[in-house]
Amino acid sequence: MKEGRPRSFYVLAIFFAAYVLFLYGPMIAIYVLSFQGPQGGLTFPMNGVSTFWIAKLFQGTGIVDLGAAFRRSLLLGVIVMIATVVLSVAAGMAFRRKFKAQSILFYSAIASLIVPSIITSLGISLEFRIIDDLVKAHWNENFETSMGLLTSGLGAHLTWTLPFGLLIMFAIFNRFDPRLEEAARDLGATPWQTFRHVVLPIILPSVIGIGLFGFTLSWDELARSSQAIGAVNTLPLDLQGLTTTVTNPDIYALGTVISAVSFAVITLALGTIHMLNKRQAAKGSDAGKGLV
Amino acid sequence: MDMSEEVLQQASPGLIPGSGTARAAKATRLSPSFISWLQAGPMMLVFLAFFLIPLVFVVIVSFWDYNEYQLLPAFSGRGYTDTFEGCVAQLPDLCTIGKTYVKTLKLCFMVWAITLFIGFWVAYFLAFHVKSKTWQMGLSLLCTIPFWTSNVIRMIAWIPLLGRNGLVNSGLIKTGLINHPLEWLLFSEFSVVLALVHLFTFFMVVPIFNSMVRIDKSLIEAAYDAGASGFQTLVNVIIPLAKPGIVIGSIFVITIVMGDFITIGVMGGQQIAAAGKIIETRVNALQFPAAAANAVILLAITFLIITMMSRIVDIKKEL
Repeated sequence: MKEGRPRSFYVLAIFFAAYVLFLYGPMIAIYVLSFQGPQGGLTFPMNGVSTFWIAKLFQGTGIVDLGAAFRRSLLLGVIVMIATVVLSVAAGMAFRRKFKAQSILFYSAIASLIVPSIITSLGISLEFRIIDDLVKAHWNENFETSMGLLTSGLGAHLTWTLPFGLLIMFAIFNRFDPRLEEAARDLGATPWQTFRHVVLPIILPSVIGIGLFGFTLSWDELARSSQAIGAVNTLPLDLQGLTTTVTNPDIYALGTVISAVSFAVITLALGTIHMLNKRQAAKGSDAGKGLV
Repeated sequence: MDMSEEVLQQASPGLIPGSGTARAAKATRLSPSFISWLQAGPMMLVFLAFFLIPLVFVVIVSFWDYNEYQLLPAFSGRGYTDTFEGCVAQLPDLCTIGKTYVKTLKLCFMVWAITLFIGFWVAYFLAFHVKSKTWQMGLSLLCTIPFWTSNVIRMIAWIPLLGRNGLVNSGLIKTGLINHPLEWLLFSEFSVVLALVHLFTFFMVVPIFNSMVRIDKSLIEAAYDAGASGFQTLVNVIIPLAKPGIVIGSIFVITIVMGDFITIGVMGGQQIAAAGKIIETRVNALQFPAAAANAVILLAITFLIITMMSRIVDIKKEL
């Protein structure tokens, strides 16, 4: 290969920079605009600088109870995150040896990822409606609904986060050295000890990555929530509702707050991953350090 | 899965001399297939309860009857006949549903072509021009972060830029290129395509990048040594080897756009009809069998496109 950078490098570097600008430019615009002055509108130029609209969010805008939606989304996100981590790690371990129904599970995950969200969402809502009708007809006439944040809503979110979790687990175990487990077994470790003290510490950085995916995908999820969440709204649903009646920069303020939480979670997760990787590099092996 | 891993997994600790402790013996009592069920079972149950059974219900309910306020569990083709109302009579003109699907496919094709172009070159730059692993990681992360932010926020982010008094219009007026603000910038097909490209190019970049980094660099060197031009290397070496990534990315983008109703709703000012939007409208009118019928049609068309695409790729591979 030629030394130095070919001309195509510069052309593509500019193309890449333009793409990054395209990605971030509009978002930066709304982050800036959410600090409009009290008289400010939806567009530039800025009419003063203040935190008026962000403060207004927390006072409650009157139309929707954003505080409650915020807490609901947070609760759902955390539960989805925990469930995604536990179920993905377990299933990822199962995929390391052959088992019956292996391909059914794999294709279910892939199909769940590519079947349009509105269809999954509609299906879940129909399923719960039919359950409701059955309960009303056979057991309790006054029964309201079994749909809700932590039943149909949780299920709908998991159909979106679990495929990502499983695919990340495949990537992890592609790089995993099984000789480490063999060594643990040779030293008399039980399967659980092997998992707890050998496998888990090695895969932990990527497992945090799965948690990060689980939380943020749920936190921002909209299409699957739309039909399946029941009577209450999550934050993204409220935000979508606001887009049709928007006249004030409070919608940008809400967007900025949601993004801030996402970014905080990403930063926290990446920081933890970085720290764990460093720790692993420093303490993972005592090779070459002498025996005593 | 790797064969050697399996063998290792199945070598039970009880068989290894010197480790035959009581605990190890206890562990061997669980058969490997039972452990697999225990590990994979919970995820399987979630997919069964919240994906597979709901899909079956969509198909069943699409054949039910309905009135203004409830589902009637009796066989009926009304969901489908209502959907295709007047379609035969209007031939050769397209009826509403036909026009909606043509429009959805058109949007889908435009978004696919643009995301493929951008995604391919972004992935190409990251995979072949960025030499240092750290830079590669950092720049990929830079492209990934916006994907972790709410789609609605990324949609409304276009309002201050494209709106009537937005940056683009005021900029163009100031430079004297136009006298009146352009109305087609926002709440139009243009803004829908722009927002979809903005949201989903990520789904193209990641799989294409993944298949590109796996390409053995010596193959490119070999092509160069054999006298191939940069363009010939691209067409005859890189594109064929990146094809799996291209197909996976395309499937993602196409299925998302085919089913989308939120972006098309918000960015189209609730004015543009699309396949996903029909379902939403029917649900809002509590016409569940009609919504389910439309979901079945959408599902069938989406799978048809995916099958066709994977065929095209295979045929090319054999030529």
